[in-house]
Amino acid sequence: MTTTEFVGSQVERDAEGFLVHPEQWTRTLGEAIAHESGIAELTPRHWQVVDFMRERYLTTGTAPSIRALGKESGVPVKELYALFPKGPAKLAAKIGGIPKPRGCI
Amino acid sequence: MRPPGAEATLGQNDDTGSEMRTRIVILGGGTGGTMMANRLRRRHDPAQVSVAVVDKDDRHVYQPGLLFVPFGLAYADEIVRSRRRQLREGIDFHETEVEQVVLEDDAVRLADGTVLDYDVLVLATGAVLRPEETEGMTGAGWNERVFTFYDLPGAEQLARALADFDGGRLVVSLVDMPIKCPVAPLEFAFLADWYFTERGIRDRVDLVYATPLDAAFTKPIASQHLGGLLDEKRIELVTEFATGEIDGERGRLVSWDDREVAFDLLVTVPVHEGAAYVTRSEGLGDVLGFVPTDPATLQSEAKSNVFVLGDAANVPVSKAGSVTHFEGEVLTENIDRFLADEELSAVYDGHANCFIETGFGKALLIDFDYETEPLPGRFPNAFGPLPLLRESRLNHLGKLTFQWLYWHALLPGRSIPGIPHAMPTSGKERQQEAV
Repeated sequence: MTTTEFVGSQVERDAEGFLVHPEQWTRTLGEAIAHESGIAELTPRHWQVVDFMRERYLTTGTAPSIRALGKESGVPVKELYALFPKGPAKLAAKIGGIPKPRGCI
Repeated sequence: MRPPGAEATLGQNDDTGSEMRTRIVILGGGTGGTMMANRLRRRHDPAQVSVAVVDKDDRHVYQPGLLFVPFGLAYADEIVRSRRRQLREGIDFHETEVEQVVLEDDAVRLADGTVLDYDVLVLATGAVLRPEETEGMTGAGWNERVFTFYDLPGAEQLARALADFDGGRLVVSLVDMPIKCPVAPLEFAFLADWYFTERGIRDRVDLVYATPLDAAFTKPIASQHLGGLLDEKRIELVTEFATGEIDGERGRLVSWDDREVAFDLLVTVPVHEGAAYVTRSEGLGDVLGFVPTDPATLQSEAKSNVFVLGDAANVPVSKAGSVTHFEGEVLTENIDRFLADEELSAVYDGHANCFIETGFGKALLIDFDYETEPLPGRFPNAFGPLPLLRESRLNHLGKLTFQWLYWHALLPGRSIPGIPHAMPTSGKERQQEAV
């Protein structure tokens, strides 16, 4: 776990780049993490997913799984994979500044 | 209706019978439900507390045995027993589906029309397979070249298909977490390597393991060890493969991002959900039918007199019998505390313990909790006989012995000597923990 200067603010991130403190997150940070992860631009469709993830995490303490996202976020699973290649739940969580989903045990 | 915890009325039955008894209703007569019913029945005087169990049928399947059925190492009659006969005297068994839990009435409606009022409700209805959730899984080739061993009919059909298989590409896949016993698909791949070696045709079989995870298993150190074993056994590992479609006719697994894995025979694990009544019951479950549950006390978030154990809960731990067993010890105490109007004990630590069969008469053992990932070392302590995360014959014997313990110690609700509900820390080699 390291504290680094990241787009102008001091943030603590874990070994995989997830923010340790969700309250340090800003939308600018989200965009920078997306860049870093190979997503050139966050479209409104991306934000729909990221905002849903973040809101769900902040109200329930856990981030939804991909299947739950597909059923509840308004974005179908196929499109989730197009928007967030490889691991939509993981990547959207990282961009949204919340911890890596613990759903996969 | 008498509120739970009203001690003054305990045991003061009126002349008309049992209305004044504290009523405990347990949904599910599997590992968790049976164990809890027996524990609670033993602990409480039948004159004061009634215990009822509901399940849709009278067939209790020893689920760890399903892994062995496809290889002819176990048969249905060895792993199925009557649910009713695993329950102590003085427990009412209702053999019918659950229609709905009505939280505001503290009542359960059953499909046969019965309404069970409760003071305490325990949800132990496990997880169900939903093969129809994945496009094509139950289409062309289902139970011909596309199988699952996660239920008994599937495991038996797969046994016949494996016996007839004399070469080609066998793919083992899991569609998405959570699944029961997350190591079971790996064990299947290891046993398939052993099985085809024994039959002398291993060189004619390509074995592939496809997983949506980014490694062989969910936790880093165990993943390294298990990934190493896949290598050793010449099983190809395909990671981050999230199955979107199964095309049984063409023999292709297709991922959501349009990659393909070809197969001649597919052994897959369908996605899991909670029991159907959970989503029919207002305010009880999440979108996948699992029940939001406090991970330390096992009280549901829905209502204070509803408790959850085993696969039905949404707690971040493996869906496995060992978890249910350890949870059961905490839950028994918490139900007592709840009835006595005392603060619940928040001590369930996520302890899980699994033998991983690796073929050729050997197995690994892993032991972990919410915070500690599976580590190398010894079990149950530094001087314990069982090596952790290392293949040994003793672990294999442990896995076989467990079946006896399951019917004779775990289900009757007895503690297993030397195995505490809290994860033992002695014996674990922490210096190797990943950073």
